[in-house]
Amino acid sequence: MSAAAEATVLITHDVGLHARPSVKFTKLAKTFAADVEIALAANGPWFDAKSIVKVMAAKAPKGTVLHIRASGSGADDAVRALIELVQRDFDEDAGHVRSA
Amino acid sequence: MRIEGVPASAGYAEGPLFDLDRPPAAYAGKATATEEKTSLQAAIGTAVIRLAAMAEAADSDAAGILEFHIAMLEDDALSGPAFASIASGQTADVAWREALDGEIAGYEASDQDYFRARATDLRDIRDQVLRILTEDVDSAAPSGAILCGEDIAPTRFLETDWSHGGGIALKAGSTASHVAMLARSRGVPMVVGLREPLADLAGMALLDAEHGSIVLAPSPAEIGTFRQSSASFAARQGVARRFLARPAVTKAGTAVRVRVNIADPSDVDGIDIATCDGVGLMRTEFLFGKNLPDEETQYRAYRKVLEWAGEKPVTIRTVDAGGDKPVPGFTVEEGNPFLGLRGIRLSLARLDIFRVQIRALLRAAPHGNLRVMFPMIATADEYGRAAALFAEEQAALAARGVIHKMPPLGIMVEVPSVAIAPEAFAGVAFFSIGSNDLTQYVMAAARDNAAVAHLNSVRHPAVLRLIGSVTAFGRENGIPVGLCGDAGGDPAAIPSLLGAGLRDLSVAPAQLAMAKAAIADVSV
Repeated sequence: MSAAAEATVLITHDVGLHARPSVKFTKLAKTFAADVEIALAANGPWFDAKSIVKVMAAKAPKGTVLHIRASGSGADDAVRALIELVQRDFDEDAGHVRSA
Repeated sequence: MRIEGVPASAGYAEGPLFDLDRPPAAYAGKATATEEKTSLQAAIGTAVIRLAAMAEAADSDAAGILEFHIAMLEDDALSGPAFASIASGQTADVAWREALDGEIAGYEASDQDYFRARATDLRDIRDQVLRILTEDVDSAAPSGAILCGEDIAPTRFLETDWSHGGGIALKAGSTASHVAMLARSRGVPMVVGLREPLADLAGMALLDAEHGSIVLAPSPAEIGTFRQSSASFAARQGVARRFLARPAVTKAGTAVRVRVNIADPSDVDGIDIATCDGVGLMRTEFLFGKNLPDEETQYRAYRKVLEWAGEKPVTIRTVDAGGDKPVPGFTVEEGNPFLGLRGIRLSLARLDIFRVQIRALLRAAPHGNLRVMFPMIATADEYGRAAALFAEEQAALAARGVIHKMPPLGIMVEVPSVAIAPEAFAGVAFFSIGSNDLTQYVMAAARDNAAVAHLNSVRHPAVLRLIGSVTAFGRENGIPVGLCGDAGGDPAAIPSLLGAGLRDLSVAPAQLAMAKAAIADVSV
């Protein structure tokens, strides 16, 4: 079965889609069989969401509208799960970054 | 010889220097491209295993960094160019170095601090694999040493035993680096951006990471001064640690709420929300520094602080420009600016600007526990007009279907007319006493004039009597009363303020611990 899905989400995490959030993001993306890509604009360029090197290269700071698209088996689920991860601020506590 | 730098993590260290930039050992090339490829694969694999072992023993902050390194190393997109280069005849070490240097250059070119700081992580990843390739036995720094060099790798920081002191002094480096964050959370002294290279690495050195300097080959006099500063810092830290983490309570057991005064939203980055009762005053003038901020900029700034504070209240003051805080394109030139068009008077005269701020506040309100207050209120009519503008903008946002919330609206008590006749304001949500302005207006002594500084005392009976009567009026009418002037953080003034009935003070973040210590000494 083949499918395609696409959606956007606002990055509200303090430093954006960087080191630690990127680890979580790519780990989650890899759990899906579908090809998943991200972009900072609707017309691209698109980056492989399963590669942390590529995701970091997208340099998405806080306040960026992130475009996520997927194609292939489970495309809908992949996009939904990744959008929710970003909306949950990557499951990080607000105050953890610099507590000292 | 003293070299100045930028403090990245406060503290003092005295010890031998350790050179972080020793040249790496040479790599022994292999006979075939296949062997080179196997050699690089094995080195990457070994690096991942070492990092995983380190992550197991690390706390969550450090583990997060190490997991990032592991994820990068396991990504074929990182090693791909190196393997391609090996296939065309390059040795494993050069291929890996060139591939990683390409990535590093990309990070270094970024215009975002956070992103540029990741170049350090990439260099760390590069060097870990290179060290394994060259079988360089990496000698650990001696205990208590000051590690110095161009930059420091996060793994180097994590490998080092900091239990016997020591510190870090870097030529480059950044206060936003992973290592700087780790150093702050572990209390390891660190200075970055040294203005000159460290010429002589023999002998011992003195690292002052409170002010940002390192002294090489110190004289006995320099060592004496250094040890005094270091002991004084330790004593202050001791006081801070004892009081900072605890709620403020007087000797008699009376609880006092202690909040912080902030200006720039990034001020909260260095404050643990658990150590205070919220934000008593967020100034918004800083947003109006160079040009007038748009609604989105203001919304993001307010939202950041609200989200940081969680359920604890954040009191944001509408723009208090004028007086000693001119804003180009907004404030007006006046002969007597402290008595002129400033605070709410200016906002009500420039509704185009005020309405933008009101909309940003209404939109930010759902993201936390917001309270809004107006500065320089002198009459009930001013408060009524400002509150009506909030109601108008709320209705407009509702009509457009924009998410928003009406916050409780309070006033600053700093013009004597309000402090003398507070009954005109029985309908406001809260009072916040601005002791700096209240004192200068009661004593007729300008805050910025050193010649009359002796008159500017919050402890004058006239000022204290007004504070006492406003606090009593609030108590009788169910209106919360706080104080957010400099006096709140002044240990000499705190006994008088609590004596006047106040139980809610807001202070500069750096004074939080000292204020709590002073409160613990009061017997009300």
